Amino acid sequence: MMNRRSKLVAVSAAVTLAVGALAGCSGSQGGGDGKVTITWWHNGTADPLLSLWDGVARDFEKSHPNVTVKVEAYQNEELQRTLIPNALRSGSGVDLYQQWGAGELASQVEAGYVMDITDDVTDELDAIGGTAAPWQYQGKTYGLPFQFGIEGFWYNKDLFAQAGIDTPPTTLDELYGDIDKLKTAGITPIAVGAGDKWPAAHYWYNFALKSCSPAVLQKAQSDYDFSDGCFVKAGELLQQFIDSKPFNDGYLATSAQQGAGSSAGLLATGKAAMELMGHWDPGVMGGILADENGGEAKAPDFLGWFNFPGIEGAQGDPTAALGGGDGFSCAAWAPKECVELLKYIDSVEVQSKFGESGAGLPVVKGSESSIADPNLQQVLAGLHSASYVQLWLDTAYGPTVGGAMNDGIVALFGGKGTPDDIVKSMEDAAATL
Amino acid sequence: MTAAPLTRPLRRSRRRGRALIIGFLAPALVVYLTFVLLPVGLAAVYSFFNWNGLSALDRFIGFDNYARALADPVFQGAIGHNLAIVGLSLLIQGPIAIGVALLLNRPLRGRTIIRLLIFVPYVLSEVIAGLAWKLLLQPDGPVDGVLQGMGLGGVVQLWLADQNVVFWTLFFVLCWKYLGFAIILFLAGLQGVPDELSEAAQIDGATWWQTQRHITIPLLGPTIRIWAFLSIIGSLQLFDMVWILTGGGPVNATTTMATYMVQYGFQRSQLGYGSAVAVILFIVSLIFALLYQRFILRRDFGASLTRGVS
Repeated sequence: MMNRRSKLVAVSAAVTLAVGALAGCSGSQGGGDGKVTITWWHNGTADPLLSLWDGVARDFEKSHPNVTVKVEAYQNEELQRTLIPNALRSGSGVDLYQQWGAGELASQVEAGYVMDITDDVTDELDAIGGTAAPWQYQGKTYGLPFQFGIEGFWYNKDLFAQAGIDTPPTTLDELYGDIDKLKTAGITPIAVGAGDKWPAAHYWYNFALKSCSPAVLQKAQSDYDFSDGCFVKAGELLQQFIDSKPFNDGYLATSAQQGAGSSAGLLATGKAAMELMGHWDPGVMGGILADENGGEAKAPDFLGWFNFPGIEGAQGDPTAALGGGDGFSCAAWAPKECVELLKYIDSVEVQSKFGESGAGLPVVKGSESSIADPNLQQVLAGLHSASYVQLWLDTAYGPTVGGAMNDGIVALFGGKGTPDDIVKSMEDAAATL
Repeated sequence: MTAAPLTRPLRRSRRRGRALIIGFLAPALVVYLTFVLLPVGLAAVYSFFNWNGLSALDRFIGFDNYARALADPVFQGAIGHNLAIVGLSLLIQGPIAIGVALLLNRPLRGRTIIRLLIFVPYVLSEVIAGLAWKLLLQPDGPVDGVLQGMGLGGVVQLWLADQNVVFWTLFFVLCWKYLGFAIILFLAGLQGVPDELSEAAQIDGATWWQTQRHITIPLLGPTIRIWAFLSIIGSLQLFDMVWILTGGGPVNATTTMATYMVQYGFQRSQLGYGSAVAVILFIVSLIFALLYQRFILRRDFGASLTRGVS
């Protein structure tokens, strides 16, 4: 049997262990021998992006022998809404992280979590041009995009032909006509992942873009002023569109990108004819097909693209486009090698590889020629011909107002609420900021 | 009898005993303080601020967050869903679980296998079970296929997308997931019911049903009351299955207090408001727990119950 002393030793050892376990939660930083670890979080959970970023990390390690890059891919919504905010708040865990820009970037910068890289990336900014704006705040640069594109309808050329549609629609009335033709042919016209909310909300964004003048949109973004009647008009146009019943069964619970039952999966497997989605959609579809059937991640051959149709007599700029991009920021506490890695990602070499992969549209001048996919070339042409590019409205307005907006729009999709309710919920949310 | 003054060795051993108690308690206490009481306290502090989680904590707004939450129809709906799940779980899961447990308590061929199968859903992780059901229930998915194969194509619904159906779909999945736990609990309780009583009742001419009704179920009372307590608290704090299966949608048809909290606190980046919702959820659960212990568990625990909440 233990004597008293050894009992006390045992007890205090237990206490020390528990306290030590609590204190041991902090992460490890680079040691004194010049070795540096960069933790890199991105949303490319499927190929081609997953292997592309892994390759970039390994190449960077080769040219920087003192650096270890830990690449971690997370599901998009989880990464954006939970993991990154939590890591930033805790002040550790991530160095280079996915950055969607604008409203979100602003609140991160105001809290002091993002590294100011203005002086380090002057060459890159020249090569990128105007699309870098969402990654800048008050004249300083806090991140760089690696892709930027506009959205439009991705469609199945075979199904369009089957329904007797020769050319994709250019006006809203033609789109309505094509929806009827597809339905007559027994084809689901449009897949929408309203379960994830934002894919449904993008319809309203496009109707707002086509209804509101750029000046009104800019004022809405800077002052949260949604008093212009065009925002209600956007809801009315959307109501009309929903009433034409163009969507897949059960769209309210459909996700956007996960598996064959998602909206991207429905289009990729030929179960729906169209999907309104950003330039990344072929990459997502390729990933889903590879997961389902095995083999290489490759977008379906039948894919075509057309811009969101114009609306006769609407106030908005007809050549305006809705777009957005993905970028990366370095956290304020990241080692200086993080900026090097970011610059490497935006080098012509990596950007060209990105373009070749077909995952999206690279942003750096000199990498355009790498875009082999004719659809992406079309998206690029649309981007270049757009007189005004509006950033995704939820990104532009930030999570609070953007979240209320998306919920209001999904309610309209679900037959609850009115076009006025959407605007009112945005104003109410803006009042709580 | 008069108490003799404590002798020195006895006093020393008492002191030693106290040191031991404190020593062995300390690790658990440290963990409890750090991971339970401190976060609860911090949430209470945050709930009085308009705070987006990134900026400094400097915009004190009093009880505004609480007023906003309680006035929000979506949050009211969430509370309603929680209470509905509490009530339905007690009324539907309870009787089914008792019935199945009574049946499984009789000698039956393959009883072990049946018990195992019934318990499997409970052992599965919430996320895996939720994702599996999400895939099974998608339009034209396996569930619809099976129903059509059985000639029941008419009952096929948009299980997760129809706002009038989704709550019942969710409740069905919850029953599937948690019935096993209730049944195992009741089976364990039935082990404590002595066979002699039912044998005596049989000799006196009681039917099987009378035996269950007047002997087994009353003796199962403490187990039923504990299960109901766990079920109520679990229903109030329900999160993972809802989050995976429906995300609280479509159009807030299945929000619970916890999904509302995550949606507004994290996704809309209003951590002060989310904290206020968390505090409301905490208070509601606490009131339920205390009242239940005070009035219903009292006879099982005797006088000790108002002293501690497990």
